[in-house]
Amino acid sequence: MSAAEAVLPAHPPSRGREHSHAAGLTEHESHASSVRIVVGYGFWIFLISDIILFAAFFATYAVLSESTAGGPAGRDLFDLRLVAIETACLLTSSVTCGLAVLGAQARNRRLFHAAMAVTFVLGAAFLAIELHEFADMIEKGAGPQRSAFLSAFFALIGCHGLHVTAGLLWLLTMMAQVVAKGYREDILRRILCFALFWHTLDIIWVGLFSLVYLVGMTA
Amino acid sequence: MNMWGKLSWAAIPYHEPLPLVSAAVVGLVLLATIAWVVAKGHLPYVWKEWLTSVDHKRIGIMYVILALVMLLRGFSDALLMRAQQAVAVNAPGFLPPEHFNQVFSAHGTLMIFFVAMPFVIGLMNFIVPLQLGARDVAFPTLNSVGFWLTASGALLVNVSLVVGEFARTGWLPYPPLSELAYSPGVGVDYYLWALQISGVGTLLAGINLVTTVLKVRGPGMTYLRMPMFCWTTLASNLLIVAAFPILTATLAMLLLDRYLGFHFFTNDAGGNMMMFMNLIWAWGHPEVYILILPAFGIFSEVASTFSSKPLFGYRSMVVATMAICVISFMVWLHHFFTMGAGPNVNAIFGIATMVIAVPTGVKIFNWLFTMYGGRIRFNAPMLWTIGFMVTFVIGGMTGVLLAVPPADFVLHNSLFLVAHFHNVIIGGVLFGLFAGYEYWFPKAFGFRLHEGLGKAAFWLWIVGFYVAFMPLYVLGLMGMTRRMQHYNVPEWHPWLLVAAAGAVLIAIGIGLQVVQLVWSIRHRETLRDRTGDPWNGRSLEWSVPSPPPMFNFAVLPNVEGEEAYWAIKQRAIEKQALRPEPDYNDIHMPRNNPVGFICAFFSTLMGFALIWHIWWLVILGFVCAYATFVVFAWRDVHEEPIPASTVAGIDRENRSARREALANLQPVT
Repeated sequence: MSAAEAVLPAHPPSRGREHSHAAGLTEHESHASSVRIVVGYGFWIFLISDIILFAAFFATYAVLSESTAGGPAGRDLFDLRLVAIETACLLTSSVTCGLAVLGAQARNRRLFHAAMAVTFVLGAAFLAIELHEFADMIEKGAGPQRSAFLSAFFALIGCHGLHVTAGLLWLLTMMAQVVAKGYREDILRRILCFALFWHTLDIIWVGLFSLVYLVGMTA
Repeated sequence: MNMWGKLSWAAIPYHEPLPLVSAAVVGLVLLATIAWVVAKGHLPYVWKEWLTSVDHKRIGIMYVILALVMLLRGFSDALLMRAQQAVAVNAPGFLPPEHFNQVFSAHGTLMIFFVAMPFVIGLMNFIVPLQLGARDVAFPTLNSVGFWLTASGALLVNVSLVVGEFARTGWLPYPPLSELAYSPGVGVDYYLWALQISGVGTLLAGINLVTTVLKVRGPGMTYLRMPMFCWTTLASNLLIVAAFPILTATLAMLLLDRYLGFHFFTNDAGGNMMMFMNLIWAWGHPEVYILILPAFGIFSEVASTFSSKPLFGYRSMVVATMAICVISFMVWLHHFFTMGAGPNVNAIFGIATMVIAVPTGVKIFNWLFTMYGGRIRFNAPMLWTIGFMVTFVIGGMTGVLLAVPPADFVLHNSLFLVAHFHNVIIGGVLFGLFAGYEYWFPKAFGFRLHEGLGKAAFWLWIVGFYVAFMPLYVLGLMGMTRRMQHYNVPEWHPWLLVAAAGAVLIAIGIGLQVVQLVWSIRHRETLRDRTGDPWNGRSLEWSVPSPPPMFNFAVLPNVEGEEAYWAIKQRAIEKQALRPEPDYNDIHMPRNNPVGFICAFFSTLMGFALIWHIWWLVILGFVCAYATFVVFAWRDVHEEPIPASTVAGIDRENRSARREALANLQPVT
């Protein structure tokens, strides 16, 4: 075992069929990265591409944020109190999501399901507030059709909201999978990927919160 | 509200015989193929071994088949355009403007997204795990999903031939023309949804191949021992991961404009159409390097194999590849120097564009020095490579010329530009893909392609290319703009006749390639390659039987240096003996599954429904696609074992063929 592998006790040689080459393991093949590392790595690459998707929407928003076409600007529309609650919901849900991963790793069903349930409630609350904000703006005549600024705003925030929705769907699927199949290696890997996804949405929200809402209020 | 949205019988273009007849012919061929497969009882085989396959080699071959079929479609569009411009001097020609516009839009869209991309990704899929000494890619099922989503997009583009219309907005739908106000039909929607669906497929392929190269290399295959094609694959797929999300976002914005009345790129309410140009080319320029870098990799492999020498300047080649990978993201503005960004901005992007020619020049010199002093064999792949080196240098120099902003102001949007990008895409990408096709065909199927027909096809292609595109440079300098349905300058006419003749030469070349394929399949026993190493190759794909078994390597090779297989082979020649027989073990391979196929089926339905505003079908398609993934996630058995006895049987047969061949091989000093 090389020095690099020695400092990675979290990745023991895989058991059973979970390893691609487990049964035919030779001295050569034991050097191949474990499935867990490959899956995590691939998912990171996906997350990077997702962040680039958001970057395109961010850049567009930055270009169009002044193009209000005589309509309302950010400071006329944003309610920082609501946004603060949204932020609190999402950041807290990241903590509970982390707890769920710890629960899964400790094979603690109660902790896992409780933490996932709280994550779901917080995520759903975040979405509800966001939809309320959207509905409120559309009612005031400040919908996405009003100006390029509002188009960019709705698209950027809405893209994040869609990601959160997809995350909630994924979350429920993972809870159901754990109930049905238990903590299989592949399910643990999926839980890990889900957690990475959820934390990434948090990071993106920090960017949204700062660039769209805070800068928008002061501009 | 109508249950079928905007769809009605009026969507079928009865009054336009051309698309209907051609679509009927294609449909009949397709139906006949399916009927033949069913009648011969091949359907279970095709379903189990191909359509649901997660084997990277099978998926790679399916990608290439998709590309070749779409090449025929895209090329028939090209013939139509050349014929139209050959006759439309002071006359309307035979294609009405709205149809001509669809033809040039479909030609560009098909050639880039459904010929070049699947061809490139198919070859990378097939070869890279073999060169890396791996059993498969990192995510075999995702690989299948990616392929089928690409096929789904291609299908949608072709459905537009008979149901509705295709975009008339060019291969990149510039607003405001592509906005609902000016393109109210479904053409732009076909374009957008086809590309969104296939774009997801491409992104999956990109993630998969990046992870494969970085994480699934065989034992001892360090970065600087990887064959050049693996390096260019890495660079190309890094670009896919970094660039395709921008395309997805940009097209999503245009969709929001068209479907929900947003104002990203509209003329009114503060929309900014130049933002579309910036975003689309922030993807579009890396895209051309996504296509050309793998071709550079193929040329590196071919030049070294057929010159019987190691690649000259391997490390400088790696540096040049990665330099191109980075710089390709810093030149996008040269696609619209005329935007009015000002002299300083234009100068910076012009210089960056010229700078990218430097690493490319390094590569050209490396290939030349690889050939220098080598024992060159002029087989078909080598002819494509030499043809590329001459042609690409010309295309590269006209590119540097266009990178000079004042020159670009004159030549912008003219046929000079059209000539330039065909010069680099045909002379670079396509020649590279054909070289790879000829080079790796024996690996994929166990027999060679007919050599003489391959060479004849090459000569017709290259002569046809020069005859078809050199006149376009002249026409561009004479002031002819691109995409003209008719014109009234008689001085242009002779040049366009020459160009049309060139297109006919290329058509004969394509015909010869079809004949070559059919002839080679029918005479495959005489062209059989039993050793798995028909070209005296140097990298690991030549160390396995042709076609490679599902598990690629009976025992994973231990790589001890550059040119892994060459070293093994030289040692065997020296000792006149193969390595001792290894211990064979059971090998576990991922099970085939239909997730990709089913998912793409529902994506196609969803795309079609979105185009025609059939909302219930959109929801149904989405729910079913999601359900497919959940069902997949629920299965318990992911892999099936291949018994050691089977592995040993396959390997022993190949070893005996190689042992026989060994006596005829001479050591190279």
